[in-house]
Amino acid sequence: MKAASHTARILISAVLTLLGLLLATFLIARVVPIDPALAILGDRASASSYEQTRKELGLDRPLYVQFGRYVASVARGDFGRSALTKNPVAQDIGRFFPATIELATGATLIGALLGVPAGLYAAARRGKVTDHVMRALGLFGYSVPVFWLGMMALVLFYADLGWVAGPGRIDTALEDFVPHVTGFIMIDAALSGDGEAFRSALSHLVLPALVLGYFSFAYISRMTRSFMLQELGQEYIVAARAKGLGERRVLWVHAFRNVRLPLITVIALAYAGLLEGSVLTETVFSWPGIGQYITNSLLSIDMNAVLGGTLVIGVMFIAVNLIADLLYRVLDPRAR
Amino acid sequence: MIEARGITARHGDNVVVRDVSFDVADGESFGIVGESGSGKSTLLRVIAGLHRDWSGELSVAGKKQDRDRPHDFGRVVSMVFQDPYGSLHPRQTVGRALAEPLIVQGIRYDAARIDAALRDVGLDASHRARYPHQLSGGQRQRVAIARALMLEPRLLLLDEPTSALDASVQADILALLRRVRQARGMSFVLVSHSLAIVEALCERAAVMQQGSFVEEVSAGDLRRGNLHNSYARELFAASRGFRRAF
Repeated sequence: MKAASHTARILISAVLTLLGLLLATFLIARVVPIDPALAILGDRASASSYEQTRKELGLDRPLYVQFGRYVASVARGDFGRSALTKNPVAQDIGRFFPATIELATGATLIGALLGVPAGLYAAARRGKVTDHVMRALGLFGYSVPVFWLGMMALVLFYADLGWVAGPGRIDTALEDFVPHVTGFIMIDAALSGDGEAFRSALSHLVLPALVLGYFSFAYISRMTRSFMLQELGQEYIVAARAKGLGERRVLWVHAFRNVRLPLITVIALAYAGLLEGSVLTETVFSWPGIGQYITNSLLSIDMNAVLGGTLVIGVMFIAVNLIADLLYRVLDPRAR
Repeated sequence: MIEARGITARHGDNVVVRDVSFDVADGESFGIVGESGSGKSTLLRVIAGLHRDWSGELSVAGKKQDRDRPHDFGRVVSMVFQDPYGSLHPRQTVGRALAEPLIVQGIRYDAARIDAALRDVGLDASHRARYPHQLSGGQRQRVAIARALMLEPRLLLLDEPTSALDASVQADILALLRRVRQARGMSFVLVSHSLAIVEALCERAAVMQQGSFVEEVSAGDLRRGNLHNSYARELFAASRGFRRAF
C-alpha cells in the first residue's frame, strides 16, 4: 500500500512537471517578439488575410483556450509545421532525435562502464598514485571544453591517423542505401544486413561518443569515488572487515551495493544532460541530432521546431528521472 | 586470552597508542576507560586486526598476531560496534547479516540456526526478514551482538556498545551482555568513556590518557574511587556528576 502510494506520488509529480513544461513552452511562444501569423504570411500580407490566419491559428481566442488547444495538439503528437524544413515538426524530430539518442547512449555507456570502476578503484586506493591519476583524468575531462576536445580528436584520429571515420553519421556514399526503419542508423544497417554500412556507422559514432563519453566518465568517476569514500567510512564496512570478509567482497558486495542507488541518479542525469546538451559536439562532428536541429531552427526563427524539440528533450528528461526514481524503489528496501 | 606488550599505534604521523602492555585472562572481562581521543578504540581495533599501523607484541588465544590476521581469526575474536544502525548493512536483512559470518567461514547453516541466535539475544524469528531501519536502536544492537556471537568466539571486543542507546535500553543490553558472558564463559574487552558501564561489566579496568595506560584497577577499586593517578581521580569525579557552581 505504502509502495503503491509512493509510486503514485512519483507519477503525479512527473505529470505535474510535464504540465509545467508545456506551460513554459507555451508561454515562451507567446512572449517572443515573433508573430506566428506574420511568420507564415510575411509582412506584405493584407489585413484581412492576417486576421484570417490569426483566427485559423486560434490566436484570437483567450490564452487559456489557446493553452488547452496547445496541450491537446501536443498530446496528439502535433507540434505544428516547421517553417525551415516545411515538414511536420514531429516528423523532423523522429528523423533527428534517434541520432542524438544513439550518440548519448554510446557516450553514457562508455562513461558509465569506465567511470564506475575507475571511481571505485580510486576510492579503494585513496591517496595512492592510481587515485591521483584517476582524479587528474577526471579533472581534465571535466574542465576541458568538449568542442575543443572534439576538434582535437578529429584532427588526430581522423585527419592524421585515419583510425576512425570523420564527421556525419555514415559515409555519404552509403547514406541512401540504409532503409529508414527505426531511425537508429546502426540498427537499421544491421537489420538490412549491410555489413559495410554498419561498420561505417560504427566508425562514425566512435569518436563523438568517446569525446562525450570522456566528459561523462569524468563526472561519473568523480561521483563514484566520492560516494564510495563516504560508504567506506561507514561502520558496517568496518564490521564487514572485522568478520573477515575479503577486501574485494567488502568493496563490491557491501560498499558498492549502497553506492548503486545514488549512481543511478548520477548516470540518469548524465544521460539526460547529453540528450539536451550535446549541441556543440553535434556541430563539431556534423552529427544530425536534435541539438543541431534546434540550433538551426532557432537561427531561422522557426519557433514550432524550437518548441517541439525543447518539449521532446524535456519529456525525455522527465522520463529518465522517472525511471531513476522507480528503480530506486526497486533497489532500496528502505524506500519500499 | 590476550597478551599485549609495548603496543604502539599510529594514525599517520600521530602516535595514538603509546607503549601499552596488558593481559586479559580466559573468561575475564577487561575494561578500558578514557575520554574521547585517548586511543582506546584504536587499541581495540589493533586487537581486532582492523588497524594495521602498529608495533609491539600481541598474542590472542595463545597465537602471536601480526598485521594480517588468519582467515579463521573471526572464529576466535568478534566485535560489537558503537553505532547499532551504522554497523549493520542497511540493505541486508537481519537473517542475512547473521548468516554472513558463517558464509565467510564456509560454515553451513539453516534458518533454525539464525532463529536460535535471535532467541539468544531476546529477539524472535519474525525479526529475521526485517531490515535495520525497521528495528529500534536496542533491537539493532541485539542483532549486532547476535552477529558477533554467531561463530561462538572466545573473545568479544565491545566498542562503546551502549553509548548510542537511551538509558533504559542501555540497561537491557548490559544485562544481555552479562548473561551471554556467564552462559558462554567468554572474555570481554570493553571500551567505554563511562566508568559506570565498565564497573557493571568488568572485573578489571585500565584508565587511558593520551594513548597510555595511566592506571589499572579492579572493578571494586573503581567503584570505590580508590585511584592513585590524578587523571583517573578526575575522571572518577567527573563520572559521579557535577556540582552546581551557584
